Amino acid sequence: MLRLEKRPQPSRAWTFATPLLAVALTMVFGGILFAALGKNPIGVIRTIFLDPLFSEFSWFYRPQLLIKGAPLVLIAIGLSFGFRAGIWNIGAEGQYIVGAICGAAAGLALYPAETRLIFPLMVLAGALGGWAWAMIPGVLRVKFGTNEILVSLMLVYVAEQLLASMALGLLRNPDGLGFPGSRNLAQWSSSANNELIAGSGMHWGVVAAFIAVIFAYVALSRHIFGFQVKLSGQSPRAATFAGINPGRLILICMGLSGALAGLAGLFEVTGPSGQISIDFNVGYGFTAIIVAFLGRLHPIGILLAGGLMALTYIGGEIAQSNLGLPAAAIQMLQGMLLFFLLAVDVLTNYRIRIGQGAAA
Amino acid sequence: MKLKTLLTSVALAAGLATGAAADGHEKTKVGFVYVGPIGDGGWTYEHHQGLLAVEEEFGDQVETVYVESVPEGADAERVMTQMALEGADLIFTTSFGYMDPTINVAAKFPDVKFEHATGFKRADNVSTYSARFYEGRAVQGHIAGRMTESNIIGYIASFPIPEVVRGINSAYIHASRVNPDVEFKIIWVYTWFDPAKEAEAANVLIEQGADIVLQHTDSTAPQAAAQAAGGVYTFGQASDMAEFGPEPRISSIIDNWAPYYIERTQAVIDGTWVSEDTFDGIDTGMVEIGEISDVVPADVKAEALALIESMRTGEYHPFTGPLNKQDGSAWLAEGEVIGVGDLLGMNFYVEGVSGEIPQ
Repeated sequence: MLRLEKRPQPSRAWTFATPLLAVALTMVFGGILFAALGKNPIGVIRTIFLDPLFSEFSWFYRPQLLIKGAPLVLIAIGLSFGFRAGIWNIGAEGQYIVGAICGAAAGLALYPAETRLIFPLMVLAGALGGWAWAMIPGVLRVKFGTNEILVSLMLVYVAEQLLASMALGLLRNPDGLGFPGSRNLAQWSSSANNELIAGSGMHWGVVAAFIAVIFAYVALSRHIFGFQVKLSGQSPRAATFAGINPGRLILICMGLSGALAGLAGLFEVTGPSGQISIDFNVGYGFTAIIVAFLGRLHPIGILLAGGLMALTYIGGEIAQSNLGLPAAAIQMLQGMLLFFLLAVDVLTNYRIRIGQGAAA
Repeated sequence: MKLKTLLTSVALAAGLATGAAADGHEKTKVGFVYVGPIGDGGWTYEHHQGLLAVEEEFGDQVETVYVESVPEGADAERVMTQMALEGADLIFTTSFGYMDPTINVAAKFPDVKFEHATGFKRADNVSTYSARFYEGRAVQGHIAGRMTESNIIGYIASFPIPEVVRGINSAYIHASRVNPDVEFKIIWVYTWFDPAKEAEAANVLIEQGADIVLQHTDSTAPQAAAQAAGGVYTFGQASDMAEFGPEPRISSIIDNWAPYYIERTQAVIDGTWVSEDTFDGIDTGMVEIGEISDVVPADVKAEALALIESMRTGEYHPFTGPLNKQDGSAWLAEGEVIGVGDLLGMNFYVEGVSGEIPQ
């Protein structure tokens, strides 16, 4: 008989092993799914996980991994602080949208001035926009004890309506023949967030993601703030005794994740996406939650997890196009990844005992 | 700088193209980028029927590839680039929002032909094509105006772009012509495909008294909502949606892309492809009216068939004066037919439609 026994403390080995095990299980069960669809499972898995890195056209796909992964990593890093401290900001998607809107608006207000000073201004406005949007659930939680999960999630839908309104109204391109969507920010030299080295995929958003990873690593391992975050998550009562102000911590964590999500939105709207359009957001804010957990809320883990998610997106498209796989199968594969991650997480905190064993 | 990537891709594309030309047995590769899933039962479903028709027509001569549910934006650009890299000779990008991505990718692959649906930007290797859906809307409007008892017609609109506005105006003109008391209630859902949102919009319209619901979105959810409510009529959109007949679905507009896709693929095989703008309607069969079900009285059906015939022969245009704009200002004089500019860039309602186009 199988029995779960709680470990005295979470296993360090399993903390690192579970994500890898989850990936392996996803490959196995994904392979079974693909076989059931009548495809060669090994071929599909190879296409999804290896082709973007090593195929004939990997010179195109590798930079795309950075472009697709950067917003995921940037947002997930911000979320990880809150998640560690038990503060659940589920609305990064909304903060991403508002950051993009504020940043784009700040730039477009100065159109058509030609100066590179505009871009830093937009970056600032983008971060502020995301921060402000995250402050709504943050302040409501601190002042009135509302549930930040619900409020931040609902604000995503508000942000989507705001986005539609902006694309159709205030920010609409006056030269766009009445079609929705703003001016193309990637084609205006003052605001363009182009690749820093051609063909590398490195734009400012990718740079920001790497910087965020480094700062997060230092903050968590070397700074008092990281200690406070960890302590609050592990033992809120002990944290209070240690003199940590829970309200302040909530505001800092919400603000930080909001600002980083806003930055991700700004870098996306000025670069890969290019314009504020009605469906500018494609779910980075939600996928980043998966990335944060897949990366065990650890900065380096998040970096790797962001790369892995980007890989399944890009590899998934290749598999669709070259092997005729339906899009839903790729989404199932990504869903499996999160499912297995949560499922095998049990091994971190419990050990499996076979047989009757002593009474606990 | 960027030039290097550009040159690499150009060289690659050129290499692939000449490779195909040198070896006459090389298959022509045709790619399709879809905005929804192929099982949406509407817009994307019909484009996919076009892909299947191309396979059927050319057999081993062509290879087709597609990617479904591609978001409009940076992701679309990547998918198109990937298709072009993997050797596609002709790529159909089947949603309005793919316009800029199509133009961007086409600039990097001058030897690959692109066809963008419902847009207005062309290049030497980018054609545009669209259908005169508003002709079908005229028939819908006519039947709806005659069939409604509450005189309230619900309209699920997707995005406020000229194509959708044209549909609303055309339906309204022909509904109010046979029923001056008719009123349109319009809900903008800002999506082409979202069954939940579409069903919600349909239910709201039905609650507001609409007994006919027209949709410019791609799923069958509004049909199901009408069926559940009972006593409400609908029309299939983009596809026949015949499984909801004979009611609530009493007729449909079918987008038949197959002949066009076959013709353009043939042109690439023959090397006669040139960039052009196609805007076809009932006359060439790109727009079809699905069977008008028996729920529609015989006289109404006869009128509808006559209307279809008059548009097929070209003797009647749905936008023929006298027509005023919503604010009452004169637009088209008696007998005057709409100009191309107004048709393509339509961003105003005709007189009688209430509400505002979201700005």
